[in-house]
Amino acid sequence: MDPVVLSRWQFAITTVYHFFFVPLTLGLGWFVAILQTQYYRTGDETYKKMTKFWGKLFLINFSMGVVTGIVLEFQFGMNWSEYSRYVGDIFGAPLAIEALLAFFLESTFLGMWIFGWERLPKKVHLASIWLVAIGSNLSALWILIANGFMQHPVGYVINETTGRAELVDFFALIGNPKAWLFFWHTITSGFATAAFFVLGISAWHLVRKQNEDLYKKSFQLAAIIAVISITLVGLIGHTQGQELVQTQPMKMASIEALWETEQPASFSIITIGDLTGKNLVWEWRIPYALSFIACNNFSCEIRGVNEIQAEYEALYGPGDYIPLMVITYWSFRFMFGASLIMVALAFYALYLTVRSWPEKLSHPRWLKWMVPAIALPYIANSSGWILTETGRQPWIVQGLLKTEQGVSTAVSPAWILATLLGFTLLYAALMAADIYLLRKYAMAGPDAALQESEDSAPELVGGQD
Amino acid sequence: MTTEFLQILWFILIAVLWIGFFFLEGFDFGVGMLLPFLGKNDHERRAIINTIGPHWDGNEVWLITAGGATFAAFPHWYATLFSGFYPALFFLLVGLIIRGVAFEFRSKDANPKWRSLWDWCIFTGSALPALLLGVAFANFSKGMPIDADMQYTGDLLTLLNPFGLLGGLVTVAIFLLHGIIFLSLKTEGDLLERAARQAGKVWIVVIVLTALMLVATYAYTDIVRQLGINPGLVPIASMIAILLAGLFISRRQYGWAFAMTGLTIALTLITAFMIMFPRVMISSTNPEYSLTIYNASSSPYTLTVMSIVALIFVPIVLAYQIWTYYVFRQRVKADPKTLTY
Repeated sequence: MDPVVLSRWQFAITTVYHFFFVPLTLGLGWFVAILQTQYYRTGDETYKKMTKFWGKLFLINFSMGVVTGIVLEFQFGMNWSEYSRYVGDIFGAPLAIEALLAFFLESTFLGMWIFGWERLPKKVHLASIWLVAIGSNLSALWILIANGFMQHPVGYVINETTGRAELVDFFALIGNPKAWLFFWHTITSGFATAAFFVLGISAWHLVRKQNEDLYKKSFQLAAIIAVISITLVGLIGHTQGQELVQTQPMKMASIEALWETEQPASFSIITIGDLTGKNLVWEWRIPYALSFIACNNFSCEIRGVNEIQAEYEALYGPGDYIPLMVITYWSFRFMFGASLIMVALAFYALYLTVRSWPEKLSHPRWLKWMVPAIALPYIANSSGWILTETGRQPWIVQGLLKTEQGVSTAVSPAWILATLLGFTLLYAALMAADIYLLRKYAMAGPDAALQESEDSAPELVGGQD
Repeated sequence: MTTEFLQILWFILIAVLWIGFFFLEGFDFGVGMLLPFLGKNDHERRAIINTIGPHWDGNEVWLITAGGATFAAFPHWYATLFSGFYPALFFLLVGLIIRGVAFEFRSKDANPKWRSLWDWCIFTGSALPALLLGVAFANFSKGMPIDADMQYTGDLLTLLNPFGLLGGLVTVAIFLLHGIIFLSLKTEGDLLERAARQAGKVWIVVIVLTALMLVATYAYTDIVRQLGINPGLVPIASMIAILLAGLFISRRQYGWAFAMTGLTIALTLITAFMIMFPRVMISSTNPEYSLTIYNASSSPYTLTVMSIVALIFVPIVLAYQIWTYYVFRQRVKADPKTLTY
């Protein structure tokens, strides 16, 4: 058993799992904050019900994000201790700042928000949910600054005596364009995730004509957020393409499985074959499209994998610098494809709320399709990160340290395997409980969310003995 | 600022973060361990949870921040510790995970089995981390096998030596006491009476274990070389504080008793860090191989940046966390009409 392989699987499983919960937290926090602000301003009880209903789902999801996040901070030291030694001087700082600026803020004020409905002045209670939203998004910023360094190291020197990377320019580190593109792409994805979550659950109730006023209002607000956010996700994603081709050309070439340099470069929607370029069965190509993705024009040259491999061998010595193509190629298409469907559905949702609003909204034939569409942002989010992280391989820090050099040497492979299984089983059980509760509260509607927190309705509290 | 000044400063800051964590999460771990035993019905158990409900998550961030600060300021300390204590940290994580979701999930379904399951998750998720953290700190002061490359060469059983296990038990016991006194401050009625009645018994257990720990510390650590036969003010004050806690418990002055258990926790940790200083991971293989604040630290530049950040934000965090305890200063009544679920 190779500790590198085991540790990579562990990182993949725990990180992708963690990121199931994060985007919804990022987006839904703002959504709940907006609703409560409406309640504060108008005193309209519908907005209070909306705040409580979506807030309840927010909390169930939030707790999963928090506990799975602790694993990540520990994991760098547990499984990747040599990586931690090598870049700790740089990478540790944003992590510590994340805890100090973001984690304290979101966790403390979330407690105030949950328990403060009757205890805090209305204005302070409202401020609490805004601080939770700000805190969780700040946390995204700092962890992406840390990840940005792994993709595109800046602001460092290699200390000749110790052989480790050292920070020399903190402002270069936090101003890393890679990190900021990641940040805006992630935040807008978070908004889109929350919007589709709200659209889907609202549609489920609207089809059944339950609490129509409340869910129409939710649907309307979510439709607007969906259109704006998914458009921004696309625009920022496109900008990332131009940055990517400069800083990580191998990742760009792997997205297309482009072996030989092309000018202008085309983009394949689908390839049937093994992506080696030698056993092609069938493909559907769009001319100029890869040049557009990478350079924002229809003419630029995109360097192929073989050319970059030769360049890297000259630069870094012999070795295999090509990521696992089947993952980079298909994860990009899953992300892109899911996003395109989301664009269509977002505009459809907006059309519904504008054109036939509000009389006919209960009936549209396609409304029920918004429910399974909740899965789309999850597919896009996970694929996006799988692409980003596997596309960087074999590097753990692009051009500086290889993944195999970063793994812990003091840990026995048997323990890595045991914890890999342990986390996987635990996470599967928790996922079942989480989905059970989300489903239950999503379907129960706003009254259950209100009763439980205010009157402790017997059928929900129960357990008298 | 010299490099050495920064290194000492960050050693102190990390110690402060650990002290904050043990002080705060200490009572909410204690409350979590007491939950299945003190709460006789569902409303009482909910009332017990609600005494720490608004705070436990914020308390836990002290641990995350201690970890992050160690990573940033002493990368080798972080790397050696986290990879070396791998199995123990896995169990710590499992505990924190099931505990964290349990607080949110347990009241979301009325099925008594569902609630009981999550209540035991809260118990396990409080007891296991408390035990493991105690084991860890005992081994920090005792030393552990570390080679010339700063790598830990022992395994899980190496940590579970008699001194380590005693450290774990002492930590569990003092957290129980800290928690039961906290409950005596924050509940009322039957619950308060029950907590108050048990506090004295827990105190006796703490005293016995602490006395053992005191003797064992002389046997297993180099406290004599580091602090002298007379260990000085800090450890002695810690002993006096735990004795005074018993006095205040018998007088039902729980505010003072809580201050005393808090003081004991803080002073005991300071003692552990004084035994370590300037080492951060003591090598029992060869004293030369120990990780110290000098050979494990980040560059002076990183330490300076982090000092500025900490100087600005630690006071802000402290201010709003203290404010939350002020907001929720009232006692929690086990009455379904007023309980927040």
